[in-house]
Amino acid sequence: MLKVRGLNVYYGNIHALHDCSFEVNEGEIVTLIGANGAGKTTTMHSISGLIPIHSGEIEFLGQSLKGVPANKIVEMGLAQVPEGRRIFANLTVMENLEMGAYIRRDKQGIKQDYEMIFSKFPRLKERYRQVAGTLSGGEQQMLAMARTLMSRPRLMLLDEPSMGLAPLLVKEIFAIIQEINRTGTTILLVEQNANMALAIANRAYVLETGKIVLSGDAKELAASEAVRKAYLGG
Amino acid sequence: MGFLHEFLQQMVNGLSLGSIYALLALGYTMVYGIVKLINFAHGDILMLGAFGGFFVLAAYGVTPLTFVLALLVGMIVCAVVGIVIEKTCYKPLRNAPRINALITAIGVSIFIENGARVVKVIGPNPKEFPTFKTVNFPIGDVNISQIQIIVFVVSIALMFLLTYIVNHTKLGKAMRAVSFDRPAAYLMGINVDWIISFTFALGSALAAAAGILFASAYPQVEPYMGIIPGLKAFVAAVLGGIGSIPGAMLGGFIMGIAETLTKGFISSQLADAIAFGILILILVVKPSGILGKNVSEKV
Ligand SMILES: Nc1ncnc2c1ncn2[C@@H]1O[C@H](COP(=O)(O)OP(=O)(O)OP(=O)(O)O)[C@@H](O)[C@H]1O
Ligand SMILES: [Mg+2]
Repeated sequence: MLKVRGLNVYYGNIHALHDCSFEVNEGEIVTLIGANGAGKTTTMHSISGLIPIHSGEIEFLGQSLKGVPANKIVEMGLAQVPEGRRIFANLTVMENLEMGAYIRRDKQGIKQDYEMIFSKFPRLKERYRQVAGTLSGGEQQMLAMARTLMSRPRLMLLDEPSMGLAPLLVKEIFAIIQEINRTGTTILLVEQNANMALAIANRAYVLETGKIVLSGDAKELAASEAVRKAYLGG
Repeated sequence: MGFLHEFLQQMVNGLSLGSIYALLALGYTMVYGIVKLINFAHGDILMLGAFGGFFVLAAYGVTPLTFVLALLVGMIVCAVVGIVIEKTCYKPLRNAPRINALITAIGVSIFIENGARVVKVIGPNPKEFPTFKTVNFPIGDVNISQIQIIVFVVSIALMFLLTYIVNHTKLGKAMRAVSFDRPAAYLMGINVDWIISFTFALGSALAAAAGILFASAYPQVEPYMGIIPGLKAFVAAVLGGIGSIPGAMLGGFIMGIAETLTKGFISSQLADAIAFGILILILVVKPSGILGKNVSEKV
């Protein structure tokens, strides 16, 4: 579904991604793990068209994403929940969801999806008129995911959804991710919490200073010596 | 009677003038909100709008119907001009340091003013703006002219319309989303370029309305007529809190009332000095303005 081949990205002189290649197949949960500054967010931003790529190819559903404006990529069915949630703090919860549905015209379907979202995230329902900036961190993460779901993506990118959340909430978030995947959305998940990510993923890639150094079945990687030493605390 | 009468009279004058500043200040604040640019050419859009109205009223005479037509024509023309300026002058500089766009805005302003001087149909000499014959409605000792009422009513109506657009329409919500977090807006599939153009169009249309109302109250049009109202509206936007829509409205009324009260009680010559004195005072006391958010900006 998503194919990334020989991706190179620079910030000025900084070579942030070196020849990265990976792919995500329809229906999978794929995780990209790596330490701080490894280039995970850079990868996500290049896929979503927020930063220009230097060389390489990104293909989604057989179409090249090169030069496609970021907003058009969303229309193609590829949407992202960005790192740090990035909800519109000045808008209400409901307005945030409306922005998630910005590309859609099917009023009826949108209405149904609000209901679907509110049953998945009852806490958002109670707060739908609240200004989003006043939500707690966990609620903001849920809103960020709900908002992105409103575009009905076929592939959903999630950049560190567990960041800054208490363990119980992390569990909840990961359960929701699995649930989203079960209902037909393919997932590319970036995490520092490698334990949790490998537990729910089918396949995984390990990114180190801009290079993909390991890849394979998530369970096998979780068991491998190298990964356990570097990312799972021994 | 003396003091109270003068005070009430100047309040009436101030509300009318202030509503014009408020309309103009809205454009500064919306554009700043969305692209973090002080659009110094905004006052010149007021001038172009006033000339748009001038041509309609000069051709068809002054009736309520032609006045509405003048407003519509001025607003549509200026909305288009606003979009063209944004696309050609500011968009290429969107990722450049902010000072570049600021200097460009000053350039655009000079270009429009002097362009207007050389264009035959406008020209350097002031022209009389066709306006309604003044009819006064005395309420007690206070005189309210029908032009003041028109100015006030049209301005308030446009402010309501704008508030509705910004708060309750999809485009308005997208405007707020883009001004809060542009990359996140892209990730929602929002066509950010379109939203920015729309913002310039809205702001410029309001400036055109302000220009026609201003010229109806002070019936003269010339290429430099937008400079001083533009600067005062800029002060109003800063006073209210740049980026804040209610702030721009409030700031506009405060500026208008401060100006007319100064004229009535202190001296006409000092009115402008006081306006800019207010700017210096806010910058010292509360740089974020009355309704502005208290964020320290990295520039
Ligand atoms: N806008 C930028 N300008 C310059 N360098 C950048 C920029 N953004 C990221 N970098 C650099 O690129 C590298 C990769 O950053 P990136 O944000 O992709 O890491 P990450 O894996 O997402 O890290 P984290 O887990 O901390 O979020 C880092 O060395 C970072 O300093
Ligand atoms: Mg990151």
